[in-house]
Amino acid sequence: MSIFSLAITVLIGVLFFVLFFHLSNFLLDYFRVKASKNFAFENSIRVIIFIAPAFIVLFVFIIYPVFETIRLSFYDKIGENFVGLFNYTWAINDPDFKRSIINNLGWLIVVPTLSTFFGLVIANLADRVWWGSIAKSIIFMPMAISFVGAGVIWKFMYDYRGPSDQQIGLLNAVAVALGFEPQAWLTIPIWNNLFLMAIMIWIQTGLALVIFSAALRSIPNETLDAARIDGASELKIFWSIIIPYLEQTILVIWTIITILVLKVFDIIYAMTNGQWQTEVLANLMYDWMFRGGGDSGRGSVLAFCILIGVIPILAWNLYRHKQEQKV
Amino acid sequence: MRKLTFTSVFSQLLLLLFVIAWIVPTFGLFISSLRDKDVLAISGWWTSFTTTEVNEIYRTKGKEDQIKEGDYYLIKSNLFDENQIKEIYRFGVTSKNIDEYEVGETALFKDKTEITVFENGDYIWKSKEEFKKKKGKRIFVSAKSPPSFTLDNYKEVLLKEGLGQAFLNTFAVALPATLIPLIICSYFAYALTWMKFYGRDLLLATIIASLVVPLQMCLIPVLTIYNDFGALFGVSAKSYPGIWMAHTGFGLASTTFLLWNFLKTLPSEMIEAARVDGATHYDTFIKIVVPLSIPSFASIFILQFLWVWNDLLVGLVFLDKHPSEIILTAKLKELLGSRGENWEILTTGAFVSMTVPLFIFFSLQRYFIRGLVAGSVKG
Repeated sequence: MSIFSLAITVLIGVLFFVLFFHLSNFLLDYFRVKASKNFAFENSIRVIIFIAPAFIVLFVFIIYPVFETIRLSFYDKIGENFVGLFNYTWAINDPDFKRSIINNLGWLIVVPTLSTFFGLVIANLADRVWWGSIAKSIIFMPMAISFVGAGVIWKFMYDYRGPSDQQIGLLNAVAVALGFEPQAWLTIPIWNNLFLMAIMIWIQTGLALVIFSAALRSIPNETLDAARIDGASELKIFWSIIIPYLEQTILVIWTIITILVLKVFDIIYAMTNGQWQTEVLANLMYDWMFRGGGDSGRGSVLAFCILIGVIPILAWNLYRHKQEQKV
Repeated sequence: MRKLTFTSVFSQLLLLLFVIAWIVPTFGLFISSLRDKDVLAISGWWTSFTTTEVNEIYRTKGKEDQIKEGDYYLIKSNLFDENQIKEIYRFGVTSKNIDEYEVGETALFKDKTEITVFENGDYIWKSKEEFKKKKGKRIFVSAKSPPSFTLDNYKEVLLKEGLGQAFLNTFAVALPATLIPLIICSYFAYALTWMKFYGRDLLLATIIASLVVPLQMCLIPVLTIYNDFGALFGVSAKSYPGIWMAHTGFGLASTTFLLWNFLKTLPSEMIEAARVDGATHYDTFIKIVVPLSIPSFASIFILQFLWVWNDLLVGLVFLDKHPSEIILTAKLKELLGSRGENWEILTTGAFVSMTVPLFIFFSLQRYFIRGLVAGSVKG
């Protein structure tokens, strides 16, 4: 499509929603003047105008699908015949599923830990040098890039040529310079998972970094100065003052990255598509959504497994929200 | 000035190490996208800043180019293509001895013809008898190749590989998919904050729960709805309006939550005063709340825009892969499959897909960070 027709399409789409709110409220005001002043009635119409579009979208795209997916996990591939726990027993005996669970667990342990750790260390280092904000910008930058873009960047880093050729991937060039054999990194089972995780860590460290930076500023300077006057070393200050102060923040960052890691898809899909034992739940789920015309039963079971992973976080969020509302 | 203590020097070095490790992958991609594709395939990007020495083989022109000058038949030409900047320092005429001669010297072929090769690639091939062969002879050269960069890859990728179209398509997806949730959710968040109605707390709890629901839980049923819609009305739901609404749905919880977080910090006296003066909720929203919310709108706009721009999964499932609809990330993934060894296309394509996020990142970083921090501290 030409740029012109694309622009028109975009404009119509956005204007539709702007006009909906303007016109409906305008009509409501118009009839209010004419009709008797029935405030309660007017107010409930207004509430409906304000929340109906969002609620309909929320219902169609989130609420209904969540329950429908749970229902479909007990049905066959076209979602018509009840099959009980068949899809679940299939999953438990499926080698790809086992591989995915193991890999997902690996991702869950390694990525949030290292991202949080690097973020915390870098935030502290950047706080004490004059070029800290430039450093933060650079480390934060991968956050703006798509996972697929990051995939291409790192696939290039991991590129492999035979031992007789000149290496054009940086990692192999370094390996050769140090006297090792070049490796096709992404095809070495078990280890290749770490090379994929490195991409996610490279991206998410920036997130941890900026949130920690914001939190570090909330630590009162008097506390730190007092500790320094008392002769505490920087390392001691880090462990005994900064870490306890940031406990809540660490937890928050950990949960954000955990949720993200549970549904990691783009990186695997773009880099290995689950080959060489790098399969994860989200990629396997996408695969079953379309494999052999699509199997909604198996796909739903896999999606449900991802949901189970986030349920503790979901419950914790709701609990905290309730506590806040009470205050 | 701070004293140069051991700790501060160590801190600086460690930080520098992190910065280098983080920037090098992206930098390498960028440099590679500017290199000539033939050079890119055989040498690492880090070699592109220095003059490199290469050994290459060229072939002279054949009998059709010969001219007669006096007693001799001559073929005069240049070994290189037009746009190559190389400096030859030695050459040879047999594969056994590829750097036998200095530039400017005259080499003798087995058939008694003579050739002189010059530094810039010019050569004169001389023979007493007429040249009979169509094919020329092989010349081995050792040349110095100075650093050179080109925009050819960008031309190729944007015009021939269809990334230019994909770039426009991504805009057509991302702009409405950012603005529509912003419009819908600002009304919604206003209602959740300032209007009293039955079920408000339950709705708020639903939003908070939806924040962490994985996208995968919604894909299959929504796809079924889209397919049914297509079958019912005869138009594919996998089109621009379809993906706008999908992104609106999946971004609704976070957009609403961020706005709600912001709106509840506004002083309630102000809203109530306006209400007492007889302003309707609509007036209050448009005339008081919206102007005050512009900075938080900006943060949310950037977050959602980047999310949609960088998304692959929703684009794969809810958009057809026609050239007129395919988005950048899907196109890039397609190229990874089909042109996996053509690094000039992949590196350039990846960089094209990154231009808009990087522009937003460097120009509006403050809002971006503010949105992320606001979203995380509570979420």
